Amino acid sequence: MASQAYEAGRRTSSTARRRLSAALWRRPWLRALGLLVPPLGWMVIFYLAALAVLFVSAFWSIDSFTGKLTHAWTWANFHTLVSDPTYRQIAFRTIWMAAAVTATDAVIALPFAYFMARIASPRLRTTLFVLVLLPLWSSYLARIYAWRLILNHDGALNWSLAKIGLPQQGWAFTSVAMWIVFSYIWLPFMILPVYAALERIPDSYFEASRDLGARGWTTFRRVVVPLALPGIVAGSIFTFSLTLGDYITPSLVGNVDFIGNVIYRNVLGLTNNLPFAAAYATVPLVVMALYLAVAKRLGAFEAL
Amino acid sequence: METTATRISLRIWTLLVVLFLWIPLVLICVYAFNSSNIQSWPIAGFSTKWFDTAWHNQDARSALVLSLKAAGFATSIALLLGTAAATAVSRFRFFGRDTITFLLVLPIALPGVVTGIALNSFFSNNPIHHITPSLRTIVIGHATFCIVIVYNNVVARLRRTQTSLTEASMDLGADGWQTFRFVTLPVVSTALVAGALLAFALSLDEVIVTTFTAGAQTTLPIWILGNLRLGQQLPQVNVVVFFVIVMTVIPVAIAARLTRDTGILRRR
Repeated sequence: MASQAYEAGRRTSSTARRRLSAALWRRPWLRALGLLVPPLGWMVIFYLAALAVLFVSAFWSIDSFTGKLTHAWTWANFHTLVSDPTYRQIAFRTIWMAAAVTATDAVIALPFAYFMARIASPRLRTTLFVLVLLPLWSSYLARIYAWRLILNHDGALNWSLAKIGLPQQGWAFTSVAMWIVFSYIWLPFMILPVYAALERIPDSYFEASRDLGARGWTTFRRVVVPLALPGIVAGSIFTFSLTLGDYITPSLVGNVDFIGNVIYRNVLGLTNNLPFAAAYATVPLVVMALYLAVAKRLGAFEAL
Repeated sequence: METTATRISLRIWTLLVVLFLWIPLVLICVYAFNSSNIQSWPIAGFSTKWFDTAWHNQDARSALVLSLKAAGFATSIALLLGTAAATAVSRFRFFGRDTITFLLVLPIALPGVVTGIALNSFFSNNPIHHITPSLRTIVIGHATFCIVIVYNNVVARLRRTQTSLTEASMDLGADGWQTFRFVTLPVVSTALVAGALLAFALSLDEVIVTTFTAGAQTTLPIWILGNLRLGQQLPQVNVVVFFVIVMTVIPVAIAARLTRDTGILRRR
């Protein structure tokens, strides 16, 4: 008797579950909504709202006596940003470095990715893939610090140069050091999408190019580069953006300020001026928005 | 296709790039065993004495504990939200699917300081409720950019499996939960583990956004950064950095193995 009631109870609960899942199955929009609300809610509250607050606070100011936030609407921060040559110079320096690093990584990555995708055996390809992936994920600070040790005047580079009889370098704490370190830490971000783009080129394209009489160099220029371009642009989104937003590399291996250093100092450092920092943060934001718009047109999002 | 000379030069180039990527990492690991407290090359001698000192460093220890906690929470949140978004995007056709991908990628596509200062001003200046820096604020920041890591892994896996499988399961009488438990989950499980490991590694190592959300708290990367800036306790920093490299390389190596097309329904 008791076991019958138990059985009946189990049956109703399982029927209810079944009915619920059938109801959900018939209403795909309900399932989609249930799945989408938590992640989208999170992103809207903690990311879009945060960006909105950032944007609004760029129009506030700091009372110079009390150091407190004044919530009155003002363009003053943007005015300083445009008229003060120091801030202009820092912005251009940062963008220039981001461009240089992106170009360097593209040049290093393309032959490497080509070898990986088209010449290496499947086994070697897997090995190379892991060899690129591991540095990408291993400690960011460790990799910057390693270069500080290498470039120091009593570091490994000068030791090696002395061994082979070359003159000593003095790149520690210069723009050259920043350029090397940035190119080094973001290189895997360029290699992976370029490799993905090259891997997708069908062999028949190379055969067709040869059949039509193209030499190796012409094939490279007219087949490989155009088809690798979405991958290069996809990689450049990361190399460019990561350089724009980094303040740690300049402060550890460089000698000059980047956009990030100014922002950092205004938010957490001695010059406590959040509204100005927010205004200055719109510079990399606008640069990246333009960059992403162009990248989208070049088909980089399909290659990500 | 390529001439022999091209092949050889490409091979040499590849070798050079691998050396460029790995020499600094190997070097920093060697420095952990430096017997001297002067960081010059070659190292003065081989010693493991700094491992002992670093192990007993209370600040480094509590920083590690905070980092592990933050990474654990952030990974759990990212796992739930990333999987939900991935399932919705790959299983349903609806307007604005590309926008969702774009929104999730944004925190890692936009410059780190922008994300950092946005969260910082949101916590302290939003009109509704001021949030003081705590473990919670660190976790919110980390989870926000970890979601996309899980999302990408799961989307890639779901794209490779057919929807007909879940339909067959339902036709054979399984309800929604059973289908999820016995069909969908086994297919995506390795992608989930890989996504979680990568998210954990990313969270454990993140420093740019964290400095803006941590307040006076010290995570392990912040501890390392502080010492590097001041040039203090460098022998111990070497050991901690060695430890962090090992801690991030192991999960990533496992993740790389798991996603090597080893799902039960591999296509090629």
